[in-house]
Amino acid sequence: MALTFARPPARTTAAPSASWLGGRRLGAHVVIILVGAVMIYPLLWMLASSFKPENLIFSEPGLIPTGFTFDNFVHGWTALGSPFTLFFLNSAIVAGLSVIGNLFSCSLAAYAFARLEFRFKPVLFALMLGTIMLPFHVVLVPQYILFQNLGWTNTFLPLVVPKFLAVDSFFIFLMVQFIRGLPRELDDAATVDGCGPISVFWRIILPLMRPALAVTAVFTFIWTWNDFLGPLLYLTQRDNFTVPIALNAFLDSTGASAWGPMFAMSLLSLVPLFVVFLVAQKHLISGIATTGLK
Amino acid sequence: MAWLFLIPWLVGIGGITLGPMIASLYLSFTDYNLLGRRNFVGLENYVRAFSDDPRFVHAATVTLEYVLISVPLQLAFALAIAVLLNRGLRGLALYRSVYYLPSLLGSSVAIALLWRQIFGSEGLVNQALAAAGLTGMPNWIATPEFALGTLIVLNVWTFGSPMIIFLAGLRQVPHELYEAAAVDGAGAWTRFWRITIPLLSPVIFFNLVLQMIHSFQAFTQAYIISGGTGQPVDSTLFYTLYLYQKAFTDFDMGYASAMAWILLLVIALFTWLAFGTSRKWVFYAGEK
Repeated sequence: MALTFARPPARTTAAPSASWLGGRRLGAHVVIILVGAVMIYPLLWMLASSFKPENLIFSEPGLIPTGFTFDNFVHGWTALGSPFTLFFLNSAIVAGLSVIGNLFSCSLAAYAFARLEFRFKPVLFALMLGTIMLPFHVVLVPQYILFQNLGWTNTFLPLVVPKFLAVDSFFIFLMVQFIRGLPRELDDAATVDGCGPISVFWRIILPLMRPALAVTAVFTFIWTWNDFLGPLLYLTQRDNFTVPIALNAFLDSTGASAWGPMFAMSLLSLVPLFVVFLVAQKHLISGIATTGLK
Repeated sequence: MAWLFLIPWLVGIGGITLGPMIASLYLSFTDYNLLGRRNFVGLENYVRAFSDDPRFVHAATVTLEYVLISVPLQLAFALAIAVLLNRGLRGLALYRSVYYLPSLLGSSVAIALLWRQIFGSEGLVNQALAAAGLTGMPNWIATPEFALGTLIVLNVWTFGSPMIIFLAGLRQVPHELYEAAAVDGAGAWTRFWRITIPLLSPVIFFNLVLQMIHSFQAFTQAYIISGGTGQPVDSTLFYTLYLYQKAFTDFDMGYASAMAWILLLVIALFTWLAFGTSRKWVFYAGEK
């Protein structure tokens, strides 16, 4: 009797707190979904608007189009004289070469800093760290003069060559940190077997640092695909335009009167980023979480 | 042997980073205009910026306003959502992805164009307001009082990447601390201020420095939204946009170089301030 008497009160104090906790959790879900919906709405609306006739873009805040058309894509694709095929190709060349350049040059430098001994190493390492946060604008003017004197304007060289020279020191730092985490015994064993630094790098380190390489590749691609200032400075002939510059020219030439085609092309310009996002989500998240890449 | 690996980097840092840096410092003391004129003018560019160029002061003010409003807001959102997500909610991975998406796309020209439409006179925002009965709303992009606000909203919108950094930081906070505090009768609010904030302060600090440096250099969005002009009435004339105009519209390369060095010094100053004050508010576990 005492037992059955003791139990109910215990339950009644436990039950409200459990449902209270459940309620809080539900509340968190609701807040997160609501805020998330507001954030993502503009993107979904752009997606929907790309398939709407022009007049509906300015009258229909909802997502379900009452009229459906592919015209925006057809008109947008050729609106600039040169087709967007060319601009996408240009962007792909610049981004592709930039990725290769960064993987190549940053991994070489990172291996030297992490594993090899050389004179002035502490000074040079500090120098490398110091350039990570350097604002691009400090070198903007002289770089422009330099590349102009080299006759590189209206080529992709000013955008791509710096990547082959390990200018994005952030990635060097990322790779140095990663290599330092690899067991040195592997290097030593390979050295005993007669491997020089080059084959240690090529056969041991490079295959093992694949995660760091993936993070570098993903972020280099995103940054160069979105890059605006560089192409704006160096690419002035229409046939050289990358997609962001082409979109800007689109805006200039139509004076914001052709929103349908502009939305359609903007949407397509985001597709490669979205694909990278889906494919490499793991690397993106770990890259941001460990290093603060944007 | 090591030098073989360092060749690309050495050429880059010498030829593309340090060399141009020194050159830009030198040019900042000249009146170089790209066409051949290059007289040494001492500190004139620097003096002119602060005493004889209202647009410079204005651009600096606009940028400072942008940084000081949007960065704290962005971090507040990032932290709030991260704390909510950290409760072991189901669907964390999906939520995290959705919140990250704006950060991924936010610096693109496409999103800037979208923003121009959304905050235009017949844009999405005004359509929604009209549906709620509010008509006669302005063109936000073209109104001096609101134009900067739309850019601030855009920057806050990309709070996903600091949020991911916060989430990683929150994982490191030992769960027992919360349980112990709850046993002692601390409410959720107290636990947040007494446990989460102090233990997360190194991550907050990291995010603060990172986002500040990043926001000082914002360019693309202001360029697209104002068509490269910084209009209306220079209300979106970001520092970097003015620098760009000086260098590549007026070809006043000497002045632009001086502006670049002032920017570098200001960023260094803010970073130093953050580091200098961090002793007072950043708590490192295991340190006295």
